[in-house]
Amino acid sequence: MHTPNSVQDLCDLFRAGGTFEIRGGGSKAEIGAPREAQLVSTAGLAGVIDYDPAELVLTVGAGTPLAEIQALVASENQMLAFDPFDHGPLFGRPAGAATIGGVIAAGVSGSQRLALGAARDHLLGFEAVSGRGERFIGGARVVKNVTGYDLPKVMAGSWGRLGVMTQLTLKILPAPRVRATMLVEGLDVAAAVAAMTAALRAPLEVAAAAHLPGIGTGLRLQGFGPSVDARAAQLPGHRLSETEGDAFWQAALPPADDRPLWRVHCQPSAALAIVAALPDLETRLDWGGGLIWLAGEGDVRAVAAMYGGQAMLVRAPEAMRAAIPCEHPQPAGVAALSVRVRRAFDPAGIFETGRF
Amino acid sequence: MTLCMPPPDQAVIARRAAIAAALRAIVPDGVIDEPTVLKAYESDGLTAYRQPPMLAVLPETTAQVAAILRYCQAEGVKVVPRGSGTSLSGGALPLADAVLLGMAKFNRVLEVDYDDRFAVVQPGVTNLAVTQAVEAAGFYYAPDPSSQIACSIGGNVAENSGGVHCLKYGLTTNNVLGVELVMMDGEIVRLGSRHLDPAGLDLLGLVVGSEGLLGVVTEVTVRILPKPQTAKALLLGFSTVEGAGACVAGVIAAGIIPAGMEMMDRPAIHAAEAFVRVGYPLDVDALLIVELDGPAAECDHLAAEVEAIATANGAVSCRVSTSEAERLAFWAGRKAAFPAVSRIAPDYYCMDGTIPRRRLPDVLTRISELAVQHELGVANVFHAGDGNLHPLILYDANQPGQLERAEAFGEDILRLCVEVGGVLTGEHGVGVEKRDLMPLMFNETDLAHQQRVKCAFDPDLLLNPGKVFPTLHRCAELGRMHVHGGATRFPDIPRF
Repeated sequence: MHTPNSVQDLCDLFRAGGTFEIRGGGSKAEIGAPREAQLVSTAGLAGVIDYDPAELVLTVGAGTPLAEIQALVASENQMLAFDPFDHGPLFGRPAGAATIGGVIAAGVSGSQRLALGAARDHLLGFEAVSGRGERFIGGARVVKNVTGYDLPKVMAGSWGRLGVMTQLTLKILPAPRVRATMLVEGLDVAAAVAAMTAALRAPLEVAAAAHLPGIGTGLRLQGFGPSVDARAAQLPGHRLSETEGDAFWQAALPPADDRPLWRVHCQPSAALAIVAALPDLETRLDWGGGLIWLAGEGDVRAVAAMYGGQAMLVRAPEAMRAAIPCEHPQPAGVAALSVRVRRAFDPAGIFETGRF
Repeated sequence: MTLCMPPPDQAVIARRAAIAAALRAIVPDGVIDEPTVLKAYESDGLTAYRQPPMLAVLPETTAQVAAILRYCQAEGVKVVPRGSGTSLSGGALPLADAVLLGMAKFNRVLEVDYDDRFAVVQPGVTNLAVTQAVEAAGFYYAPDPSSQIACSIGGNVAENSGGVHCLKYGLTTNNVLGVELVMMDGEIVRLGSRHLDPAGLDLLGLVVGSEGLLGVVTEVTVRILPKPQTAKALLLGFSTVEGAGACVAGVIAAGIIPAGMEMMDRPAIHAAEAFVRVGYPLDVDALLIVELDGPAAECDHLAAEVEAIATANGAVSCRVSTSEAERLAFWAGRKAAFPAVSRIAPDYYCMDGTIPRRRLPDVLTRISELAVQHELGVANVFHAGDGNLHPLILYDANQPGQLERAEAFGEDILRLCVEVGGVLTGEHGVGVEKRDLMPLMFNETDLAHQQRVKCAFDPDLLLNPGKVFPTLHRCAELGRMHVHGGATRFPDIPRF
């Protein structure tokens, strides 16, 4: 494992050539095909560089643990502007070890993605070293900027295939004063999707909507007390205490076990058909039905595609990961364009480890 | 005009008639070659720069767009895409040797899905028409650039347009789910999807805000939102800009993200009030409009909080809207600020830098000093919540030297924005206007990384050339280029 401490170390390393995989907290190490690559740790690129609560902007080193960032912004009654998703617990690892660089590079968001937007929406700027072994920046340190191509968007979710981000500037928001979860019990998937859709069609700023078979259908509200109270009165179900609500949203994440785990993104109106076609899998619906977690054996990718969705293989035994690409395949034209964009940042393919 | 554009290719211009005939074979009724008609396309919203195109073509179908681009690529003909032509940065400025590709005929709303909360529209549909198509069902499209009655969604995608509500609801990029894009070689790709967060590199995120350099958008899928139950606005007057700035900081520190938070300085207040007569206070140096939306309980609660914060920061006047008519009246002056200013000066030049909010008082002081130095007036309107400043430089193009002074003044303002930690453009785009200032923010290595993205989409650099990037490098040259240490024209300016 290489542990560079500076941008210059990274430039030197990449210019020497090889095949490299970027490693933050290791929470996503078992995602993707088994591969051989030199690991490059971002542990030497950790720390808070600038935090200005009044400007709602935070600049940190890529290797900074997510837990450290969340504690820091919480100390100012603020939060990350997106809901970060920590893969660690899916693989039996402790929560919070994921690094901010890894969370952004994977571009994956949690339950509140509905209201807050995705990780990619709130990466304002970055410093990185590309596959050319060159330092470059994109975006800026202010919340509103359209100067030049929006490279932060393509870096977020690039899984370390364009370069290594060394510094990230993120948008921060005030933390809500009150959070509430309305729980509706006894709905089947069809009724749950209908209830979530009705809630999301209403002007109630529902922050998250999930259906957990056997537990119930949860609708999350947050904001100032009088607003939350007024909106809660317009939703079905009974209001959980904050502790009960936190437990519900914790349960919305699949537990660690040995079963294959798929993450399906689809139109909420397609959720029922997808779930019905895969009756043997354990199901959790989030994002109002736009995200379905499916655990177990089944041809999830084909079913998702049939209904206009996409399936990511998040967790699987090694042999299955060697045979099935973790990312949903793209149409040929888009795939070819993606390769050209990757070659623009990484002409020699030093980040092409065979993982995807 | 001091602008330097790529030199016209005389060999292409010599083939003008043959090119027109070939385009006519693709779009029989949609080719314009009469000079008097072409003159209508000679500029966009940045009227200081004018250049009629060699030809204009107005396709109606994606297949026609693909055929036009394929032909132009094969023949080495440059193409400049155009939506409604409201760009304030010259993004749609034609070239003497280029075909202007007008997308105005793509004007249909194709599909609306309320359960999945998206609308599919053609790129020539105006921003406001998207909201009008869904408002009967209680929905709206959130980004609201001030040109929303005229500007097209395709142009919004190209420029990543914002508006007064983007503080809470984001820019175009945060509200678009997918596009159909025709690349310069005629290939049609779909980027994004109808659901959230599709697999693979976020190429849609690259295309939004790419200013027409990567491809031509022929269909856009946007997110639509339920319209908030109520909205309330506060009109707050301050005797100093510092007081208004402290109020803005206080609102954010109280954990409130208003739907909009706008500031106007004294000249802008006076111009707007003279134009729309809505009762703006004239004895203040700064006016804030703070809009809150949501359930009535939320608006009432937060209006009281904002009022208390304003009072604590020395507000000398405070009105809270008590009806929808009054709320709209508060906004009428701000929304009419640009035309209002055009009544107090023959011409104005609208700037668009973003700065860290806390630097506002000293930036406004420096701008007024620069106004004296350049001997021109200036009025400032400001998206205060997100630090996006719109100084309106007042000049008279008929007075010799005034346009040049306005340009120099504008450049000084943008340098100032970058110097205090901000950026050249918050929502209007780089276009031709800020192109040569890009090295203030990005060194050659940074720019080379951006330009190689261009090469991945348009390797012959035929689409909208001369925009965004100060130096045109051939793609083969960019592939070889290593700029060790990132040599730069402005080494003294702090960078990201």
